[in-house]
Amino acid sequence: MATPVERPTAVRSAARTTTGPGPAAQRRRAPRLRLARRNQGWLYAAPTALFVTVFFLIPVLLVAQMSLSDWGLFAGNRGFNAPDNYTDAVGQRLFWPAVWFTVKYTIITTIILIGVALGLALMVQEVALWNSFLRTAFLVPSALGLASASLLFYALYAPEGGPFARLLSGLGIGDGTVSFLGSPNAALWSTVAVIVWRFAGFYMLLLLVGLQGISSDVYEAARVDGANRWQIFVNVTLPLLKPSLALCTILCITGSLLAFDQFYILTRGGPDNSTITIVLLVYNIAFGGRNDLGVAAALSLIVLLALIVINVVQFTALRGRED
Amino acid sequence: MSTMSRPLLATSSRRVLTGALALLFLFPLVWAAVASVAPQPGTAQVDGWGLGNYARLAGYQAGLTQYLINSVLISGMTVIFTLVVSLLGGYAFALFNFPGKNLLFLATLAILMVPYATLLIPLYVLLNSIGLQNSLVGLALVLTMFQLPFATFMMRISFEAVPRELAESAYVDGCGTFTALLRILVPAVKPGLITVGLFAFLAAWNDFIAPLILITDSDKVPLPLAVANIRGQVMGVVDYGATEAGVVILALPCVVLFLILQRHYVRGFMSGALKG
Repeated sequence: MATPVERPTAVRSAARTTTGPGPAAQRRRAPRLRLARRNQGWLYAAPTALFVTVFFLIPVLLVAQMSLSDWGLFAGNRGFNAPDNYTDAVGQRLFWPAVWFTVKYTIITTIILIGVALGLALMVQEVALWNSFLRTAFLVPSALGLASASLLFYALYAPEGGPFARLLSGLGIGDGTVSFLGSPNAALWSTVAVIVWRFAGFYMLLLLVGLQGISSDVYEAARVDGANRWQIFVNVTLPLLKPSLALCTILCITGSLLAFDQFYILTRGGPDNSTITIVLLVYNIAFGGRNDLGVAAALSLIVLLALIVINVVQFTALRGRED
Repeated sequence: MSTMSRPLLATSSRRVLTGALALLFLFPLVWAAVASVAPQPGTAQVDGWGLGNYARLAGYQAGLTQYLINSVLISGMTVIFTLVVSLLGGYAFALFNFPGKNLLFLATLAILMVPYATLLIPLYVLLNSIGLQNSLVGLALVLTMFQLPFATFMMRISFEAVPRELAESAYVDGCGTFTALLRILVPAVKPGLITVGLFAFLAAWNDFIAPLILITDSDKVPLPLAVANIRGQVMGVVDYGATEAGVVILALPCVVLFLILQRHYVRGFMSGALKG
């Protein structure tokens, strides 16, 4: 975060390279220039400030007010009712099942996704034409939207005539109709597969940045000391890759805790409400039947708070280990 | 020779394995493209190969063209708003000093910390109260706000990477700060602008939950929502053919842009990987 210009030096060095008026004239003009530019800074930042205020700061205050009010989707604000929305949100029949499912989904996704991404990154890290083809192939899915990827897999998972169903019945598993989204467990793992397909390349890229930061001298030294490949991986690569792995873990945990699109499209929270995530629950309370914005606001503030706590814990844990 | 052939063998077997893995990642996309024109019972394309699924999509409710126009308008506005706001903002943060600068920058980054759903509930109420309910402009403004942390950060570091002498010499030569921005600095930060524009387009084109909440008129929904809706609404039976055709239309611009601008895409992630 560089603060603006030590201006005298900059002006002087600029003067040397330009054919404008002589250096003395510029030194005289510099203070007035600086004053004008202070005001102009605000002018250029004004659109950003406007956006941040209207579409971020005011909504954050509004959601807090909503969480303390009886606020219907169509009826609007019907006055203060704290803390009813919070007790109502936590008392929802589906609250604890949703929390538990979201946590389970997050743990499974994070472990598999980072494992796969690390494998891919190690596979393609050397600079070569073939590897750049592989990198592109792994990255293409991450250009798709999560909703598009979910719709694509929804068709792939078609129980009759879908390619996966036909493949499995070809292998003698199932009798031609395989339900990928029909049972709670199958629905969970089918969704995890979509996410791994969509995001593995993205996290591979982040890990590649980390791998490129490791100097080849370190590997060379380990090899001279007689370390084999596995020893090098465990004792050299993994420790030096820790910052990148930490970044991936934080992004993946945060993203998975807020999962919505994939479950809304693939399962709608079913079968039997077994795949309702916490954000899906927020959506259902607000717009999917109950139409209670106050309770949804309270629940979403609980989510925000939990997310902040989780991220603070992650940051301190990771920093503590670095020391 | 024997010392040559062993690495050669290892290389080719490695190529087979890694190539198979690459195909596994490409398979769903290729399959969707093929299946969307292939004959399949229970779809609009039962006999022989053809564009029946696309035709059904074209005739679905408001029509494919309408949904495409909606998506193009939303994405176009989001890209323009994001580029203008982050270009000016990045310029201000990188080259000017003004009171409240760090606070504003932190507030912009803080958008990343708040979950999408937490903001969309009050935004639904807010847009209603300022007459932007159910409007593509309102949706584009909201999507722009979600882009700002990444875009502002990206443009700030792009401006900071430009040698200061370039701007300073323009000011000294009598250029106003705005003329200097347009004539001298915009060309210098062009790669940053392309990255920001690409990400804004991909995000807006693909966004699902924001239009789901903010757009209630079924004629105004963008393509992802329309494709998701068509599944269950053809006589209660899922039309997989129309879904496949929809996915192809959704994915095509993203994949093409990605392949053309891959360098910028990678750059976006390298620069701190701000986007979660």
